[in-house]
Amino acid sequence: MLRKVGAASVDELFSDIPNKVRLGRKLKIPEGGSEYTVRRDVTSRLSLNKTPPAALCFLGGGVWPHYVPAAVESIASRQEFYTSYTPYQAEVSQGMLQALFEYQSLMCDLLGMEACNSSLYDWASAAGEAVRMAGRVTGRKKALVAGNIGPTRLAVMRTYAEPMGMEFDTVGFDPVKGTVDLDDLRRKSKGDQACFYFENPNYFGVVEDRAHEIASIAHDSGALAMVGVDPISLSLIKEPGAYGADIVVGEGQPLGIAMNYGGPHLGIFAVKDVKLARSMPGRLIGITTTVADPSRKAFAMVLQAREQHIRREAATSNVCTNQSLMAVAAASYLSLLGKEGFRRLGESVISNSHFAARRFSKVAGVRSPHFRGSFFKEFVVSYSKAKAEPVFRKLAKKGILAGYPLDKRFGLKTQAGLFCVTEVHTADDIEMLAVALEEALRRA
Amino acid sequence: MPRFRQAVWDEPLLKEMSRQGRVGMLAPSDPKVMAKTKDPALFVPANMRRDSLDLPELSELQVLRHFNRLSQMNYSVELGMYPLGSCTMKYNPKVSELIASSDTVKQAHPLQPPETVQGLLSILYELERYLSEITGMSRFSLSTAAGAQGELAGVLMVRKYLREHGGSKKDEIIVPDSAHGTNPASAAMAGFRVVKVPSDSTGQVRASAVKELCSEKTAGMMFTVPNTLGLFESEVSEVCDAVHSVGGLMYYDGANMNALLGKARPGDMGFDVVHLNLHKTFATPHGGGGPGAGPVGVTKKLEEYLPVPVIALKRGAYTLDYGLDHTIGQLKGFVGNSAVLLRAYVYIRLLGASGLNNVSSLAVLAANYLWKSLDPEAFPVTHGKGLRRKHEAVVSVKSELPGAAMTMAKAILDYGMHSPTVYFPLIVHEALMIEPTESEPVEVLDDYARALNEIYRSMKAGSLGEVPKNTSVGKVDEVKASHPMTLRVHW
Repeated sequence: MLRKVGAASVDELFSDIPNKVRLGRKLKIPEGGSEYTVRRDVTSRLSLNKTPPAALCFLGGGVWPHYVPAAVESIASRQEFYTSYTPYQAEVSQGMLQALFEYQSLMCDLLGMEACNSSLYDWASAAGEAVRMAGRVTGRKKALVAGNIGPTRLAVMRTYAEPMGMEFDTVGFDPVKGTVDLDDLRRKSKGDQACFYFENPNYFGVVEDRAHEIASIAHDSGALAMVGVDPISLSLIKEPGAYGADIVVGEGQPLGIAMNYGGPHLGIFAVKDVKLARSMPGRLIGITTTVADPSRKAFAMVLQAREQHIRREAATSNVCTNQSLMAVAAASYLSLLGKEGFRRLGESVISNSHFAARRFSKVAGVRSPHFRGSFFKEFVVSYSKAKAEPVFRKLAKKGILAGYPLDKRFGLKTQAGLFCVTEVHTADDIEMLAVALEEALRRA
Repeated sequence: MPRFRQAVWDEPLLKEMSRQGRVGMLAPSDPKVMAKTKDPALFVPANMRRDSLDLPELSELQVLRHFNRLSQMNYSVELGMYPLGSCTMKYNPKVSELIASSDTVKQAHPLQPPETVQGLLSILYELERYLSEITGMSRFSLSTAAGAQGELAGVLMVRKYLREHGGSKKDEIIVPDSAHGTNPASAAMAGFRVVKVPSDSTGQVRASAVKELCSEKTAGMMFTVPNTLGLFESEVSEVCDAVHSVGGLMYYDGANMNALLGKARPGDMGFDVVHLNLHKTFATPHGGGGPGAGPVGVTKKLEEYLPVPVIALKRGAYTLDYGLDHTIGQLKGFVGNSAVLLRAYVYIRLLGASGLNNVSSLAVLAANYLWKSLDPEAFPVTHGKGLRRKHEAVVSVKSELPGAAMTMAKAILDYGMHSPTVYFPLIVHEALMIEPTESEPVEVLDDYARALNEIYRSMKAGSLGEVPKNTSVGKVDEVKASHPMTLRVHW
């Protein structure tokens, strides 16, 4: 090979790197190991982690423990999917293109929207892109957000939108129900905001039962109604498209994707008005035909002129790498459970969470659920005499991950933690947590 | 050369396969709980209950067949050569997949207390140290989800640092004309005006050209080394000096780091901020477009500006630190793409210092070898004729016919090999951008060059015919895909 390239040595191939910037020493990184050695070492270190099935996980807040069916894992583990690149050459990538198109279609049905992109990084960054898009579409520089949304979403939205001069204002929530305070929303909707962003269910797990009015108030002030969702909740709860959402974002992780200590997850991004698709970030897949045969169905990336590789500094976003593999997993998950299976999943989740909330209410020194509003799978539990942080840590010590302390920003008058109960939990698991909670509160 | 024919499944859409009453999988539910529940739907307020949701109704085997058939119509690295320039489509070690599929990773919740996830945190901490050493940076944040997000974090740090150091009037970022599209897009997202610096006839950016654009408005420059033509920027240090001399900061786009592992480090060249694409250089799979991970690293003076959280070691325990004094904030929910980061860690552990160095040696050797195996008449280089290539080579397809590079790209698919990146960088007419990576054996490089040369001869002789022929579908009508546009099925 060296002969063909006309070099005497491999080093000669690097002779164009000026001496002063050459490393001239070995990297200070240990020498490599055999597959066996590395696997043994890494696996044994990972075994220090306390995770299910060796622990019970009742944590939520934007990442939730749900069962990932074996068939979904099998599909997402197909090397044909996971070792391919973005489907730039459509003819040889029809599989990924069709799978992503199916994802877009299924998500549109689930959300009640007309166009869904083929994925962004996660819920938080999708929310960040959504605020930017609202700013672009309306030409306004203010964003209104509900005071009961997830703290990470708010933090990321600020980071994304601040450089375009976006100012944020927050709408309060009803301290009894836990839902958006509509009077405050009316007061703060001044006609100069690009959007009102709320989550449904909100961070407290509570269903925003006046979602329709919320969207109307936003629209009346010329703002886009933006909703963040947990897609599993849409098995039983009305789809955002049915109550006036213009942009929907959310976290696709519960649709057959592992929690993975924070990622990879799946950022959902969809719009109601197909005309808005032209302002959307991210890749879109469309249906077409081959050139030679107008009856032969085919798939291709569309509206690429929005994207950074074409439009550069005028692109709708800088996003390039996304979460395609996770979108394939989500599409296979939704089709595997199907109409009946998905509804029954929702019933199992909501039954378990209510069973748990009732059980915890019997624990001394506890208010469960703290808020009176209807909830789906998460709820806040408040403690009259204990601090949330030590309760959280004590439970973890017992091998139960539950009761993530509520952020001070929410301004609750009592200490409280967030609990998440899904289809993976049994009555016995819930009982174990209730007993452990009782003990933790006694000692806290 | 082996014959190739991609699978053709005239696969319907899921909705078209649906039959009423079928359920592929039932979620678990506890009879003890259900016995105490009257009607679960009543937990939802009446006005918020879902009326209908028409998901497809299929059996588990039908779903598996559907997606398995689709997978057979998808080309991938484990099927054959995939030399997309700037994408670094290398082999993704199987053992990384195995390790990442453990419950101790998959079932870890990002909000669980750090003391319950010390195993993974210790690995992320070490990875952060390794990346710092590889790039000559002081500290990395692993939180950013992809290269473009690393870029955004980088330019946001530049902006914040300058604002806090009297540089609030600095609103221009210099970007070479050969740069990846993400560079100007990221700079614009961070509120900067993009100033383009041209490459010279050798395909490099001259320090003198940068100096001309530098002013009190210059916030910094985003620079890719080696550049997208596969050339090492010989004046990189001088370019850094020029930008620094007007108080700007230098951003290193690490998309092409596969050329430099153990050879040279951006920190030693004078860069202040670096992002790496772990899904390129560090062998984590691309997943058909994602996920990736784009950690961002900085020199000492910018450490406190990193996006949070960062992994920290405090009193013998690993933890997530959200408390950096000047942080630009959070760009992604939670920790980062941990399962991707873990795979990159495994890759570094497998190879070690010498192995990483060999990666770049072989990647550069392969790129030069493949380039030299091409017919120089058919595939001339337009920039830097006498220069060595690094990890990739960009050639121009010599032809009077418009769309020659696209025709080449479609024709090579018929050989069971993926096309190079085409029409990029923008400064090369009818560009083919070829990055074979270190993973390909020499006989595959030979096959690839032979195929390109042969296709060119057929194209010139007018005997190529319609291409591609051997793929699942013939040439796709991308214009029609947008007119009218169908982004979903209505049922």
